[in-house]
Amino acid sequence: MVEDEDFSIEPIRHDLGLEAVQSVSVGNAGPKSFGTQLQGFWVIFRTMFKKVNTVEYPEVKEPTAPRFHGRHQLNRHPDGLEKCIGCELCAWACPADAIYVEGASNTEEERMSPGERYGKVYQINYLRCIFCGLCIEACPTRALTMTNEYELADDSRASLIYEKEDLLAPLRQGMLMPPHPMYPGMDDTNYYRGDVTQSHPSQEISLEVKP
Amino acid sequence: MTTAELIGQDPGWLIVVKALLVFIVCVLLTLVAIWGERRIVARMQMRLGPNRVGPMGLLQGLADGVKLALKEDLIPAAADKIVFIIAPIISATACFMSFAVIPVTGPVTLFGHKTAMQLTDLPVGVLYILAIASIGVYGIVLAGWSSGSTYPLLGGLRSSAQVISYEVAMGLSLVAVFIYSGSMSTSEIVAAQQKWWFAVVLFPSFVIYAISMVGETNRAPFDLAEAEGELVGGFHTEYSSLKFALFFLAEYINIVAVSALATTLFLGGYHALPGLTFTERWLGGWFTLVWFFGKVIFFFFIFVWLRGTLPRMRYDQFMKFGWKVLIPVSLFWIMIVSTLRVLSLQGAPRMVVVAFASGVVLIVLLVSLAFDSAKKRAESIPEREVPVPSFAVPKLPGSELEEPRG
Repeated sequence: MVEDEDFSIEPIRHDLGLEAVQSVSVGNAGPKSFGTQLQGFWVIFRTMFKKVNTVEYPEVKEPTAPRFHGRHQLNRHPDGLEKCIGCELCAWACPADAIYVEGASNTEEERMSPGERYGKVYQINYLRCIFCGLCIEACPTRALTMTNEYELADDSRASLIYEKEDLLAPLRQGMLMPPHPMYPGMDDTNYYRGDVTQSHPSQEISLEVKP
Repeated sequence: MTTAELIGQDPGWLIVVKALLVFIVCVLLTLVAIWGERRIVARMQMRLGPNRVGPMGLLQGLADGVKLALKEDLIPAAADKIVFIIAPIISATACFMSFAVIPVTGPVTLFGHKTAMQLTDLPVGVLYILAIASIGVYGIVLAGWSSGSTYPLLGGLRSSAQVISYEVAMGLSLVAVFIYSGSMSTSEIVAAQQKWWFAVVLFPSFVIYAISMVGETNRAPFDLAEAEGELVGGFHTEYSSLKFALFFLAEYINIVAVSALATTLFLGGYHALPGLTFTERWLGGWFTLVWFFGKVIFFFFIFVWLRGTLPRMRYDQFMKFGWKVLIPVSLFWIMIVSTLRVLSLQGAPRMVVVAFASGVVLIVLLVSLAFDSAKKRAESIPEREVPVPSFAVPKLPGSELEEPRG
């Protein structure tokens, strides 16, 4: 045997960052005194009169954390056009394969979103979704976000596949129901820069002309 | 007129009514006990417990019972069919029977008939209860054996070992009560506690009984027979539906039964707390019912409290505690009690009694002192030297070894 070789196996403490933590030796102190053991009974007795942690859910609904991952939402531009461009990046990002997207081309007569394409079919299967939020990270236009809504239970498989109309954000003040043309004098770049802040009267008129 | 004579005059129909009452009260108590236990344990863990079915969740036990009754009744292919079916019946029947000799009220009037709420008054009532409790164990053992499966078998074995060893301690703790009351009849034991409860006079007996009754009923921290973490459900793993419900019923009635026995033997039975004896005459004697059930509920709360506080014991610790602590202490205590009793019955002068008592105290002190110093000496022995191995090992704390010997 080589005499000068060191055989003792010891963790290299500085490598593991263990030196930073003060080590405490834990010995077996043996059984505690009878009185100390009885204190446990008092602790349990006292706990009976403490406030309970239970939230009585269906009756009491506590708000979720602000960034809670709930049901998805497809957002709109301030004039009501959809943000989704049907790129399918969310579907590709989804680890659970819960999203199905079919894109289609916008025409001047029927425009759903600024730019060339829009999402014609958009489905999220909530039986598969794991609410990881990767789809939200993948979305290039911020069309897909998550709400705080968590009451998604249902009694059939079909009704848990949410269609585009279930996911689309409602129309707010100043928004017009697409299809309608883009804001006059603006192109899709202006939309993404946030230059469009509300709808223009001319957008509404063209909607009535359509049929 | 003693209770035995009073009950002896009962007409047949009254006995039937009482038997029916025992059954109904036991079943109702079980339902309330399950609800109460779950609610109290929940509060101890800062939860709410069942609160959906009925007001405050009171009907939860009933709902659970209906659910169990509607479930499929499985009998495993490997099971011994007949024994498998008989086992829960034995368990459930035996637990009801022990209530027959428990005096629940003093003399009262029921349907115009003067009687006491006690089905029968055997001269060996307490022995009868012990015997019935032992028969109840057969249910558990047979259930474990007939299931044809490993976990139930282990559970059944554990349970039988446990109940047998704790029944010895329990029986011994009762001997002191018999010596002091001069009777084994429950009603006479209650009558003997008019002045002083036996929980005060025979405090060590009371403590031993209280511990062994938890062991006897297979309850936490002594619930080794149905340890969920290790044996799935123990003896009732293979049971479902109503058969399982029968075991459940038996467990809770057993708790109430040993609580009722503890009340009868140590807490003065249906008598009021000292200083409140005038309440015993309220409602024509029926108010003693409140006292009795108040005491039983007190014991039941202790059961729940124990369950909420203590972790389950290890099996060897549990057996060691039963055989090496409870039983010797019981025997020693009985010797003291019987000596004192004989001394007082023989009319020994006060000096002798005092001398005997102080002698006992002195001996106990000396023994515990010797025990303590022996323990200290054992602790002060320096750590044994770490043997030096011939192969590479991590350095042990306290070892002088820097390099292994080749």
